[in-house]
Amino acid sequence: MSNIPAELKYAKSHEWVKLQADGTVVVGITDHAQHALGDLVFVETPKVGRKLAAGESCAVVESVKAASDVYAPIAGEVTDTNVTLANTPEILNTDPYEAGWMWKQTVTNPGELEVLLDAAGYEKVIAAL
Amino acid sequence: MPFIPHTDTDVKDMLAAIGASSIDALFGEIPPELQCKGLTQVPEGLSEMAVSQLMRGRAAEDRMALNFIGAGAYEHHIPAAVWEITTRGEFYSAYTPYQAEASQGTLTVLYEYQTMMTELTGMDVSNASMYDGASALAEALLMAVRCNSANPGGKVLVPKTLHPYYGEVVNSITHAQGIRQAAVDYDAKTGKTSLEALQAYEGVKPTAVVIAQPNFFGALEDVDALTDWAHAQGALVVALVNPTSLALLKPPSEWGAKGADIVCGDGQPLGAPLASGGPYYGFLTCKMAYVRQMPGRIIGRTVDLEGKPGFTLTLQAREQHIRRSKATSNICTNQGLLVTASTIYMSLLGPDGLAKVASASMANTAALVAKLTAIPGVSAVFEGPVFHEAVIRLPKPVAPVLEALADEGVLGGFDLSRHNPELGQALLVCATETKTEAQLDRYAETLRRLLAA
Repeated sequence: MSNIPAELKYAKSHEWVKLQADGTVVVGITDHAQHALGDLVFVETPKVGRKLAAGESCAVVESVKAASDVYAPIAGEVTDTNVTLANTPEILNTDPYEAGWMWKQTVTNPGELEVLLDAAGYEKVIAAL
Repeated sequence: MPFIPHTDTDVKDMLAAIGASSIDALFGEIPPELQCKGLTQVPEGLSEMAVSQLMRGRAAEDRMALNFIGAGAYEHHIPAAVWEITTRGEFYSAYTPYQAEASQGTLTVLYEYQTMMTELTGMDVSNASMYDGASALAEALLMAVRCNSANPGGKVLVPKTLHPYYGEVVNSITHAQGIRQAAVDYDAKTGKTSLEALQAYEGVKPTAVVIAQPNFFGALEDVDALTDWAHAQGALVVALVNPTSLALLKPPSEWGAKGADIVCGDGQPLGAPLASGGPYYGFLTCKMAYVRQMPGRIIGRTVDLEGKPGFTLTLQAREQHIRRSKATSNICTNQGLLVTASTIYMSLLGPDGLAKVASASMANTAALVAKLTAIPGVSAVFEGPVFHEAVIRLPKPVAPVLEALADEGVLGGFDLSRHNPELGQALLVCATETKTEAQLDRYAETLRRLLAA
């Protein structure tokens, strides 16, 4: 059973978004996604300063058997990336919602946050898979 | 009998199963004007006996000419054991087999090959080979563009001393990807890439710089200065090298302060015979930092469940069967058979043997140039050290002289007048370790007589 924290927002493409007090967001991939990928061996995050469009492919997670794109759930500019993933990609498997975060970004259009799924909505998405 | 296993009944059953009326109907979506209605240019078929007789007759017309042409493909002695072993049933395949790990012998050979190439070039990793040297260079440039996050989208600086055919292949493969190239001039006196010409690109943030060592004219570039300049500009250095030369010259990993970043070239000199343009193979090696952007297969060493060593395909997630359109390359292949021959060739020669081949080739070319430039009207075009090729100038147009030489059984070199008209009546000559003193004399005497006539 996947862990789907109630306080986060989700994209159908299996990213989670956490709104922070300063109005920026933290982005990562869900517990369901890390489980489906298997043991991760490489994570590529977007460069700080990169301007992302909603739905744009901007990161790659690679396991022994597959490499998958990670999409920006909402538009914004990258403000920080999780550099520890470069040498310890496995933390994305063990702790996808905290230590395994991927990048932080600004929110260009707050309305896009409203379109994201809540925990119940995301649970329905993965139940239907 | 054609080698098609399906009977008419098989074909009928298959068409019925998919609901097609005929095989032609399957091609119905191709507009009629694009369909080939018949092969009118192809003559009637011949029997095996007739074909054998025809081809034997044609082969006899190939005289065993004395070859002094290099220009990218080099005649070296290949020990008989190389192809005797390569063509054994256990090795005789052009590809990494499907279920690759079931073929541990093939993977072992490829792993040994990769090890040898990393030793020759001084890089950390090698792939299992590429299609040929020119496509390896194109892939190396695409790779450099993906890797260089410091100078993204900048120009790729390509020297005018690059083999012209390599330049054409690079254009074909990279132009539609928006990669902008700039050509860097060479010094008219030395035939080497001019550092001053390169410095014209100071501050424009080039993404990559290609350095060919030796270059197309055979000249040895000032690789340290070129590499350091490129790195100071934030560019990655793509080294294009002759593998035989690396037995004598320092490896690209030692160029300048930081060494080249990606190394590529054609593997033909290491055990592949000259054959109308191929098949040859390309090699590609790089620093570990760039391995995830390296195209092609990589064989890795591992242990099985019982702890026994074995070989496996590794980092496959970069490859097209997994990454589809986002793979590091969708046009590359490996050349398993040629690589097998190369691995055996390098094993038989060893580092000392390869160094002897390289130094004998270098000495023979120096001797040939001395003999040819002693002929009145013939001169060396450039000054400075060369590996095993050099450019000479003739007092007459090159093409008719080459034809007259060929009539006497001497292939005199590569005519540069088409690709480098600025050099005048220039000829690129090469004498590898295969040439004897008597053969060098025969070329020089024949040329002297023809020019005097």
